[in-house]
Amino acid sequence: MDPINAIVALLNFVVIPATAYGAQLAIGALGVTMIYGILRFSNFAHGDTMAFGAMCTILVTWLFQSWGLHLWVLPTALLALPFGIAATAALLIFTDRAVYRFYRRQKAAPVILVIVSMGVMFVMNGLVRFIIGVEDQNFLDGERFIISARTFKEMTGLDEGLAFKTSQGLTIVTAVVVVAALFWFLNRTRTGKSMRAFSDNEDLALLSGINPEKVVTYTWIIVAGLATIAGVLYGLDKSFKPFTYFQLLLPIFAAAIVGGLGSPIGAIAGGFVIAFSEITVTYAFKKVLGYFAPGGWEPDSLMQLLSTDYKFAVSFAILIIVLLFKPTGLFKGKSV
Amino acid sequence: MTKNAWQDDRGNKDRSITNPKPPSDAEPVRKGGKAVKAEGDSPFLIGDRMTGGYGTGANILNDCTVAVEKGEIAVIVGPNGAGKSTAMKAVFGMLNLKSGSVRLDGEDITALTPQDRVAKGMAFVPQTSNVFVSLTVEENLEMGAFLRKDDIRPTIAQVYELFPILKDKRRQAAGELSGGQRQQVAVGRALMTQPKVLMLDEPTAGVSPIVMDELFDRIIEVARAGITILMVEQNARQALEIADKGYVLVQGANAYTDTGKALLADPEVRRTFLGG
Ligand SMILES: Nc1ncnc2c1ncn2[C@@H]1O[C@H](COP(=O)(O)OP(=O)(O)OP(=O)(O)O)[C@@H](O)[C@H]1O
Ligand SMILES: [Mg+2]
Repeated sequence: MDPINAIVALLNFVVIPATAYGAQLAIGALGVTMIYGILRFSNFAHGDTMAFGAMCTILVTWLFQSWGLHLWVLPTALLALPFGIAATAALLIFTDRAVYRFYRRQKAAPVILVIVSMGVMFVMNGLVRFIIGVEDQNFLDGERFIISARTFKEMTGLDEGLAFKTSQGLTIVTAVVVVAALFWFLNRTRTGKSMRAFSDNEDLALLSGINPEKVVTYTWIIVAGLATIAGVLYGLDKSFKPFTYFQLLLPIFAAAIVGGLGSPIGAIAGGFVIAFSEITVTYAFKKVLGYFAPGGWEPDSLMQLLSTDYKFAVSFAILIIVLLFKPTGLFKGKSV
Repeated sequence: MTKNAWQDDRGNKDRSITNPKPPSDAEPVRKGGKAVKAEGDSPFLIGDRMTGGYGTGANILNDCTVAVEKGEIAVIVGPNGAGKSTAMKAVFGMLNLKSGSVRLDGEDITALTPQDRVAKGMAFVPQTSNVFVSLTVEENLEMGAFLRKDDIRPTIAQVYELFPILKDKRRQAAGELSGGQRQQVAVGRALMTQPKVLMLDEPTAGVSPIVMDELFDRIIEVARAGITILMVEQNARQALEIADKGYVLVQGANAYTDTGKALLADPEVRRTFLGG
């Protein structure tokens, strides 16, 4: 029996990575849920919007790096982030004016907008691959670890190492800041309240003098911010590859739906539910259980429920279970 | 209503990809129009010979005229489906008119968007879904004052004075209030712009008789403060009693127009609309 090492192993391989991944999913799901609440459709282009935002940030990061500009121990990407957000906001507003606005004018059924967003997804997808290519891009610089496994072992004298990456710490801190800022904006500012009002009752918003086109524009800007931040954090934590962002669409939608579409709190909760499930189900518990088992009784098998190749199946299964038993999600999906 | 191809959802009911919230059915006047000086003498607010309907459907309003003089109360009555609500929406620019015009205070505002009409001092309480259910009572009031840049706190205090119950409930979501309380929120929201004209579509719908009397009293109070009121009412007797001017609409057209008292006294109107 060695519970301390077991807990450290669990923290190192499950809790910390899942918290960081959950925060990334949560920020992504917040963007999806905002569009759903205000524009009334699920935006399939969200994954590729994240990729576009991350790509712009990477390009600016490289530029800064070539100038020798650095942010002390932090990744230079943080400096480039505002530029990435601005470029993504410009793209989203352009897309809205060029594509979505036409359908809004026709009062198109939301399901048509879903299909339209798929078209937008393919175009953005192509755009990103055209500009930066399909390969993995690494843009993380600065200090890699807040605590590395070796330092932790030396510090504590335990067998198990505990690594806490800068990107993970950064993800968690950023997520807290972003979520707090978003809630403050939606609940305290005049513009934020007008967005909630619009999402609640479009006609009445119109009667109150709220300009629907402005609400839509603000929504896209906020979504650009959320998508770029989520995309960059994911890219820093793992690596940037356009195709993985397309695949992220499933866990992000699962998070938004599990939490209850249209509910920002739900999106956050959903992100963590999905992340923890995905990582717990695909983690090999052999080592952790080994520490708990009485001497020499370490299990022979990997004690892994599903291989990591099936991680998307986890999102998918949770999605189906929630849709079957609680279609409105954990936090009753209501207007934003 | 004839549906256009864009509005056909092909039976999709999947709420995981589309928000089931009903779409807006307004067809607001498009941006870009300007108010122009109107010629001749006309009432403070008039929807003059309005003709129009929803989308590409048949006309609901046929040459319908409603007007109200400054500081007075005008009441529109008529059977269900007569087009009373439609006439109100048309006056507020929530509907594109095929012909006719809307004039306010000597200006032709037919081409103005609803927002611009709010800025001109008009306020409207629609018949249905007239509060933001997920917003608190106070936020509802704040949204009513969305276009105002000055300090709105005194106006909020005035509304609370007019409807004291709202003050106790100000942190509660408007969707959690009773029907009568919601109507008070709705009227309060409209008053927040400090409008010159207040348009009310059945403010007493679904309200108990006592609250109804109280709402009528409040409306008279608002009118005394100098606000012009154009109102649709199902309680025709009570409404016509307080009305300076009454309109009876039938099938989107004016059937009778007179002072409130005269309409109440008219045997024909009594027989057909007031039930004896
Ligand atoms: N959004 C809409 N789209 C299409 N037709 C509509 C719409 N709203 C109302 N109508 C039609 O317009 C006609 C007049 O409706 P309106 O709501 O103006 O009646 P009303 O006089 O206000 O009735 P009530 O006393 O029941 O409120 C009705 O025949 C109705 O079917
Ligand atoms: Mg009506």
